[in-house]
Amino acid sequence: MAIFLNSDSKVIVQGMTGSEGRKHTHRMLNSGTNIVGGVTPGKGGQVVEFAHGGVRVYNSVGEAMAATGANVTVIFVPAKFTLAAVVEAIEARIPLAVVITEGVPVKDTAKFFALSQESSTRLIGPNCPGLISPGQSNAGIIPADITQAGRIGLVSKSGTLTYQMMYELRDIGFSSAVGIGGDPIIGTTHIDALLAFQDDPDTDAVVMIGEIGGDAEERAADYIAANVSKPVVGYVAGFTAPEGKTMGHAGAIVSGSSGTAAAKKEALEAAGVRVGKTPSETASLMREIMTGLSATSVGNRALASGGARSDTTSTTEGQAP
Amino acid sequence: MDLYEYQARDVFEAHGVPVLRGVTATTPAEAKEAAAAIGTPVVVVKAQVKTGGRGKAGGVKIAKSPDEAGARAAEILGLDIKGHVVKTVMIAEGADIAEEYYFSLLLDRAERRYLAMCSKEGGMDIETLAAERPAALARIPVDPGIGIDQAKADEIVAAAGFSGPDAGEIARVLQLLGTVYEEEDATLVEVNPLVKTADGKIIALDAKVSLDENASFRHPDHAALADTSAEDPLEAAAKAKGLNYVKLDGSVGIIGNGAGLVMSTLDVVAYAGEEFPGSPKPANFLDIGGGASAEIMANGLEIIIGDDQVKSVFVNVFGGITACDAVANGIVQAFELLGSRDEHVDVPLVVRLDGNNAELGRQILASAKLPGLEQVDTMDGAARRAAELAAS
Repeated sequence: MAIFLNSDSKVIVQGMTGSEGRKHTHRMLNSGTNIVGGVTPGKGGQVVEFAHGGVRVYNSVGEAMAATGANVTVIFVPAKFTLAAVVEAIEARIPLAVVITEGVPVKDTAKFFALSQESSTRLIGPNCPGLISPGQSNAGIIPADITQAGRIGLVSKSGTLTYQMMYELRDIGFSSAVGIGGDPIIGTTHIDALLAFQDDPDTDAVVMIGEIGGDAEERAADYIAANVSKPVVGYVAGFTAPEGKTMGHAGAIVSGSSGTAAAKKEALEAAGVRVGKTPSETASLMREIMTGLSATSVGNRALASGGARSDTTSTTEGQAP
Repeated sequence: MDLYEYQARDVFEAHGVPVLRGVTATTPAEAKEAAAAIGTPVVVVKAQVKTGGRGKAGGVKIAKSPDEAGARAAEILGLDIKGHVVKTVMIAEGADIAEEYYFSLLLDRAERRYLAMCSKEGGMDIETLAAERPAALARIPVDPGIGIDQAKADEIVAAAGFSGPDAGEIARVLQLLGTVYEEEDATLVEVNPLVKTADGKIIALDAKVSLDENASFRHPDHAALADTSAEDPLEAAAKAKGLNYVKLDGSVGIIGNGAGLVMSTLDVVAYAGEEFPGSPKPANFLDIGGGASAEIMANGLEIIIGDDQVKSVFVNVFGGITACDAVANGIVQAFELLGSRDEHVDVPLVVRLDGNNAELGRQILASAKLPGLEQVDTMDGAARRAAELAAS
């Protein structure tokens, strides 16, 4: 069933007619995503040709939703226009909006996040790679061919570390991998994903990747201690980051004594999360857990572990976007 | 980007926030001239540094004549305040202070909105106040969609315990500070102290502003506020080439794709370095992003070999969207490009390629036989080798 995104997801792409939007629409189609339309104001009625056939462009998110029943939008518009694009998606009440764009002013994010709180739209990002439920759907820029479907859940602030982890554990596979982004304000947090993975019957264990800046990992640690019974393995990047310097992601900054990797690791370990020293060690910890789980529950997992689940027939229990 | 006090003062003034006159000086003679121009019986000579605690460090002094202002400036210029050397002072009009307050508006990452903080007990270190007398510091959430309107300003002022005629004027100033935050795309506006003078005026006596660099597309004027003279020369050169580079103190140069992977690479190199003499550490952070074209790779290598401390380089790439064969070709062409710029990589280079088309990428590098380049298949192993090479 996966979280936030599954084979029932009908995806539109805001900014599909731009070069990034077009390139990644092609890649999403290649990985089996059901792309039902694109949105570019003023270009409604055009059809963009892909190897998989033409995808129709609509003038607005509302128009695209009415015509196609879309329930997910992936946003590739430039940072200047992101606020307007996200506001439009929220006002159209689309259930899930994935904001890939990097370099969005934090004031704009604060505004559209506040607006999303008054609506039913879940935001992922901005400045994120999106999310993938392997074998079902892929909304964003995560490469689909480095892994396969399985029963590990992954939530991460970092794109490339997400890919690295998906690749290292590709033989075991993932239910969903969610790149939440490294900006100071993001729509979906580690906690939101942990909650969804905890409730997802197709996820057995979760890898959580954090990095310096803010206190999201500490909060997630508290949340795990109180609410998550599935095994969680963690990784935190940025132990060697100097104070006061932004390390690539706008939110990745140690300010004074707050936001350090050491404090995050400590909080996670105090919550019973095993934290790897390197990405590879983290993958090994998860491998141990999954091996242990499959040894203890060979019977009831036998069907699922073959990756031949009939996802199209699974029911939606509040997990669908 | 953090502003100097004098820059923040100018920004305040432009938005109508009441401030005192202030003139900058970089020499004692200029300071004397500035004091004479201001012309009040008392002026304050204030060190311009992007750090707190300058008062305690001797960076703020009163002068009662232009000569005295010059003398105080001579004492303050060149002072080292927490690693920040004072190159500029601001000569500010003296004020007859009756009371000192505190106000700030900032981004609250955890709550994903803004937070206003206000106190009747300003002037002191706000972290100390928050720790010792939390009840004296009002903390009021601010909706990013609304900002500080009249109602919010009144709420903040009341929560901080102001009443009577001052409350209205303070609320007016708070709204103006909210406008600074909104219109300048700030992530912090702090005034400590906000003062009431003996004749009852409310004035921002200090100004601290941080601006969001992601919003620079709508503030072309903000570029002029950057202090390029204070930048590390390598960081400045990298910035000019559009590279995401941070200079560190170690000897292992790092290039990688993706901020998280590069941060992780620094950590893994530092751990691996502990095993070797002198404990080699990462020399820099450099994220070349998803593309990894030959030009970006060449520019990145050029910056890194321009760092005299670098003894080895670790190129750590995970092929996600970009396939590793493209990255390998990028590295090969980068060597050619550097050669054409009359530069050459004179330190050993350890490359780890993994992910999409990793095998193909490794073959390309192997057959190119680039001088000093070796490949290690795992990130941990490659980090160890790069550290070892930097130690030897």
